[in-house]
Amino acid sequence: MSRISRLPSSLLRVTACTGVAALALTACGSGSGSDTASSGSGSVKVGLITKTDTNPFFVKMKEGAEKAAKENGAQLSTAAGKFDGDNAGQVTAIENMVAAGVKGILITPSDSKAIVPAIEKARAKGVLVIALDTPTEPESAVDALFATDNLKAGELIGEYAKAAMKGKSAKIAALDLAPGVSVGVQRHNGFLKGFGATDKDVVCAQDTGGDQAKGQTAMENCLQKEPGINVVYTINEPAALGAYTALKAKGREKDVLIVSVDGGCTGTKAVKDGKIAATSQQYPLKMAAEGVKAVVTFAKDGKKASGYTDTGVTLITDKAQDGVTSKDTAYGLENCWG
Amino acid sequence: MTATTTPYAELKAPTTARRLLTAPTTGPLVALLLACAFFSLSTDQFLTGGNFSLIVQQVMVVGTLAIGQTLIILTAGIDLSCGAVMAFGSIVIAKMAAEGSLPPLAAIALGIVVCGGFGLVNGLLVQKIPLPPFIVTLGMLNVAFALTHIYSEEQTVSSLPGPLTALGQTFPLGNTDITYGSLVTIALFLLLAYALSSTGWGQHVYALGNSPEAARLNGIRTSRLTIGVYTVAGLLYGIAALLLISRTGVGDPQAGQTDNLDSITAVVLGGTSLFGGRGSVLGTFIGVLIVGVFRNGLQLMGVASIYQTLITGVLVILAVTVDQLSRKKAR
Repeated sequence: MSRISRLPSSLLRVTACTGVAALALTACGSGSGSDTASSGSGSVKVGLITKTDTNPFFVKMKEGAEKAAKENGAQLSTAAGKFDGDNAGQVTAIENMVAAGVKGILITPSDSKAIVPAIEKARAKGVLVIALDTPTEPESAVDALFATDNLKAGELIGEYAKAAMKGKSAKIAALDLAPGVSVGVQRHNGFLKGFGATDKDVVCAQDTGGDQAKGQTAMENCLQKEPGINVVYTINEPAALGAYTALKAKGREKDVLIVSVDGGCTGTKAVKDGKIAATSQQYPLKMAAEGVKAVVTFAKDGKKASGYTDTGVTLITDKAQDGVTSKDTAYGLENCWG
Repeated sequence: MTATTTPYAELKAPTTARRLLTAPTTGPLVALLLACAFFSLSTDQFLTGGNFSLIVQQVMVVGTLAIGQTLIILTAGIDLSCGAVMAFGSIVIAKMAAEGSLPPLAAIALGIVVCGGFGLVNGLLVQKIPLPPFIVTLGMLNVAFALTHIYSEEQTVSSLPGPLTALGQTFPLGNTDITYGSLVTIALFLLLAYALSSTGWGQHVYALGNSPEAARLNGIRTSRLTIGVYTVAGLLYGIAALLLISRTGVGDPQAGQTDNLDSITAVVLGGTSLFGGRGSVLGTFIGVLIVGVFRNGLQLMGVASIYQTLITGVLVILAVTVDQLSRKKAR
């Protein structure tokens, strides 16, 4: 018979001590890691926490922050959750950045409500916290918000779709983000408002997580449910391209209008290629750059940024409609991100 | 039957030293200390009491899950459902208490019992049908995940009553604030370490992991033991649910989505063998601290978080390699 437990009690005690070491060390540790006094290197430390590391939108945001940090002589550190919705990962990142002595934290909250207590703790220690892209709930939980007006982004493509339908009766499919995420809810509601429709007019609504494969699956299922769909609202361009693939497989890509939000370079090119009719372009680089500047200003003269700053949104399409202000894809490609 | 333990008298000092050198926790411990040394030299914010307290806080949830995961892996099983079960438990606790259906303490108790129930069902399916643990817990992961989202209606539950977040409160120790939850986690690690190393039940768990057949022939009630291990693990996930709420201050249906793999990572880094019968929960504690120290240290150095993932991956492969090589030697 094989040997049983190899943990004599002496070893148990030794390892137990290492277990408690973390605590013991705290007792004899020098100072606490919570002072946010000026950083040693003389440059301002800025933290950027995004929802994920992999989404091109956040990659671009990071680039914008890095560029602005260089220009303003600040030192940028970045972190992200493991997946969209990873609140615990963002809480950990906030704590570590406060410990690292940042002057300010820029964050795109994965969970608008759940992140609030961690933000409050950081602010209590004198750290400036600015939300980018996604507001917290309540919005007053952060010092300031730099974001796209997502309701307006939705309204623009809603108005565009209404004009493009030229009075034909619409059967709308909505490829949404995820339940309860404010960005998705605002774009969706904005679209309906701009189109002059209500949720009753949406024949099929599906969550896609903003993912192309899931967008395709969702569109396939919607077409199964209601073959007569002729307008597709999508949360972002990956979902829109998924929808396009599904429509193309059914030979419907020419007679269904797809509208989207984001204005990423791939998405804008898809508008140019006629796969997507129009998209509301937003500007993540600007959000991040403004955020970095605000932290540097705060470090220099103690002035805190406050309130909401709209970083702008532009309707991009090559098939302009009367009465709806838009720019063409040449402009879109010049200003796209990703 | 009662298990035979090594009488303490037989453990002379040199033997103890040799055992220390060959113990499965030695490698992870050295890795942890090296990492700590490296970060202490690289960044001056690392080696402070506040920072160590922070690291323990950050690993307490996955750490508590990983205790249950260790028990199951010691029996040569695996549990993919732990994070999802914890998320469900946390929503049960948060909703019951926030909506006033139950007094806070009763809500906490209910959440822990519900998680224990998930463990019990896992154990029954693994033992009685029997089914492979991987498949049972993969199914349960989906069931628990779905129930969490159905029951929560996708809403984060906030404005929780005091007792739910009590473990997130701190007390001063020297000039550092310690979270009560950290103490709970450390106490659980010590309790289960004692149970595994110094009780008949613990000896039986190791025996079962080494050879279920031999354990059965030696009169161990393997069926009851297996179901018990999964149930205890479930109860631990319930405690993790409470720690999670106390840490974030909300009931969050999105929580815990990668915690199953994170807990397995901690177990493996701590030198516990996925083949069962070898390892310890203290090793797991070291494992979970390794992950926490790297995450915190690299963050303090300003290194992007994706590199932490990279390093964790390399360390896991290294740990399993060491385990395999030492098994070969043992044969």
